[in-house]
Amino acid sequence: MRNPLPDHGEELIHIMHDDEARSDVPADSATQYLAAVSAGTVKAKRKGLPVGAWIAIGWMTILILAAILAPVLPIPDPINDANPLKAAQGPTLNHIFGLDGNGRDVFSRIIWGARNSLFIAIAAVFSGLLLGGALGLISGYFKGRIGGVLGALTDILLAFPQLVLALAVVSFLGRTVFNVTMALAIVSIPILARITRASALSWSERDFVTAARAQGAGHVRTMTREVLPNVLPAMLSISLLGVAVVIVAEASLSLVGAGVKPDVTTWGNVIFSGQPYLRNSPTMVLLPSMVIFFTVYSLNYLGDVLRATFDVRESAL
Amino acid sequence: MSTLSTDTASLSNPVTDGPLLVVKDLCTYFKTDRGLVRAVDGVSLTLERGKTLGVVGESGSGKTVLSRSIMGLLPKRDVERSGSVQFEGVELVGADNSLMVQYWGDQMAMVFQDPMTSLNPVMRVGKQITEGLRQHLDISKDHANKTARSLLSSVGIPEPERRLRQYPHELSGGMRQRVMIAIALACGPKLLFADEPTTALDVTVQAQILDLLQTQQRDRYMAMILVTHDLGVVAGRTDEIAVMYAGKIVEKAPTKVLFTSLRHPYTEALLSSIPKIADPSHTRLKTIGGRPPNLINPPTGCSFSPRCAYAQDKCRVDEPPLSAPDADGHQFSCWFPIELSAKQTAEVR
Repeated sequence: MRNPLPDHGEELIHIMHDDEARSDVPADSATQYLAAVSAGTVKAKRKGLPVGAWIAIGWMTILILAAILAPVLPIPDPINDANPLKAAQGPTLNHIFGLDGNGRDVFSRIIWGARNSLFIAIAAVFSGLLLGGALGLISGYFKGRIGGVLGALTDILLAFPQLVLALAVVSFLGRTVFNVTMALAIVSIPILARITRASALSWSERDFVTAARAQGAGHVRTMTREVLPNVLPAMLSISLLGVAVVIVAEASLSLVGAGVKPDVTTWGNVIFSGQPYLRNSPTMVLLPSMVIFFTVYSLNYLGDVLRATFDVRESAL
Repeated sequence: MSTLSTDTASLSNPVTDGPLLVVKDLCTYFKTDRGLVRAVDGVSLTLERGKTLGVVGESGSGKTVLSRSIMGLLPKRDVERSGSVQFEGVELVGADNSLMVQYWGDQMAMVFQDPMTSLNPVMRVGKQITEGLRQHLDISKDHANKTARSLLSSVGIPEPERRLRQYPHELSGGMRQRVMIAIALACGPKLLFADEPTTALDVTVQAQILDLLQTQQRDRYMAMILVTHDLGVVAGRTDEIAVMYAGKIVEKAPTKVLFTSLRHPYTEALLSSIPKIADPSHTRLKTIGGRPPNLINPPTGCSFSPRCAYAQDKCRVDEPPLSAPDADGHQFSCWFPIELSAKQTAEVR
C-alpha cells in the first residue's frame, strides 16, 4: 500500500514493449482503416445526399420546369379549352388525369396551377424572409430594448390565428394574386422572424462576434458579415418548410372561398372545382391533392436535409 | 467628477507623452437575479508604452472581465462599469460606441482565449484579417491582401498565400491562434490584450505562441496586458505583475521584485501550487484549500482570509487596503504580509 506505483509502472513498461514487439500481429480492422486513411490510400468517404433527397430534388425540378414551361408545353389551355360534353370524365389516354366539371384537362390545370401556386408560395415566403429575417436578425443581435420590442411585435403577430388573418386581408383587399401573396407573406413573417431570432441570438453570443467587435467592426457590419452568414442556413431550411406550408395555405384559402379568383388556375382552385364531383369522379380532387402532397413532402424533406447538412459542418468545428 | 470634465475636454487631442493607459478605481458589476456580482472591484493600474503587464489569478478572480472592461467590450445591458480608463489621456468609460469603434482594432486589440471559437467559421482567413485593415487604414483590397500575407508569415505561418484562402476549420488550434494574433496585430495597435492566449492549446504550442507574442510586442514597441492563471507564463515575459483575487488587485510589483520578495499570502499560495521539478516524484501537489469567494456576498474583511494560512482575527473584520508603492514599486493588500525571512523559509524561488 505504501508505494505500489513503481511495480505497476514496470509492468506497464513491460506491456508497452510487448506491444511493440508484436507488431507483426494483424491489427483489427478499425486500426487498419485508420492507418490506410492516414497513409492516404483510402480517401475518407464524403457523405453524400441520401437517395430520398435526390428523389425530392428530382420531383421539384420536374415541377418547377413544368411550371416555367407551361405556356410552351403541348397541353390544352386550362381555362378556355373546355369540352362540356365530356365534363367530369375520368382519366383516359387523351386526358391522363381526366377532365374537370367544365370539361377542362386536369393535367394541364395542375401544371398551370403549379405555375401560379409556386409563384405565390415562393414570392410570399421570399418577402416574408426579407422582412421577418431582418426583424429576427435585428432583434436577435440587439438583445436589449430594441430586441425586446421587436420580439414582442413578432409574438403579437404570431398570436393571430393565421388563416383568419390571411382570410381577413384577402376579403378586405380582394381576391387577386397580389393580395393573396401579400396575405400569406404577412402570415409567414412572424414564423421566419422567430426562427431567425433564435439562431441569431445564439450566434451573436459567439466569441468571434466579440472578436470582430474588438477589431472595430460596427454593429451593422458585425450583424451582416459575422452573424447573418451563420444564421442563413437555418433561415433557408425554414423557408423551404415555409413554402410547403404556404402552398397548403393557398389551397385552404381557395377551399373556403377566399383564395385567388377561379379565373386564375391555382392548385387550390383546381381542387375546389373538383369538390362537387368528389363522389362520382374522385380523381379530380385526388390527383391535384397528390401533387400537393408530394411537393409539400419533398420541400419538408429537403428542408430537413439542408439543416442536417449544415449541422454536420457545425459539429466539425 | 472634476477629473472627468477635464478628460472630456482633451477628447480631441490625445496626450502622447504620458503613460499609455491609466486605469483608476475601475469597477465592473454584473446585475444578476441573485444579486450584484462584483467581478472587478476598484482596480487601478498604469501601463507605460511598450511595457508588458501580467495579470494573474485563478478562475473567477475577474481577470478576463478586467481586460474586457478596460477595452469596453462588455455588453451594456446589466453591466455597471464605473471608475476611469484613460487611453493616451482620453477617457473611455462612458465613451459612446462611435468613439470605441475607432479605438478597437486600431489602437487596442485583443487575442482571445479560445481560437476554436473566436474565428468566424464561414469566412476565409484572409477576409477576416483584411476586414479590420480596410476599415481602419483605408487601403486598397490589393494592398490589404499583401499586408495580410506578410502578417501571416510574420506570425510564423508557412504558405501564407494558401492559408489566406482557407477556412478556420482547415487550420489547427495553434495555427488559428497565430491567425488571431495576426488579426489583432493587423492595424498596429498600441495596446494588445492577450486573454489567456494559450489556455486552449497544447503545451508544446503554448511556448511558441507566448514567444511569438513577446517578439511581436518588442518589435512593435507595443504595450501588452497578458492575462493568465499561470505564474510560470508571466515570469519571464512581463515587466510587471498584478495578482488578482476576488476582483481586486492584491499584490502588484515589477516581475523581478515579485518573485524575490513576494508579500501576499495568496501570491505565495499560487506559487507553491506549481509543481517543482526538484521535488521527489509522487510528492503531493500543494493546493489552495477552499474555493474562490462568492462575488455577490464577499466575506467581510480580507476576501482571502477564509483560505489564508496566516489569517488572524483582524483579517476577518477589516479589509486591508492596497499599500502605497514602496521604493521598488511593490504594492500589496495584507495586514500581516509575509516577511522576507518567512518567505525564505517558505523556500520560494
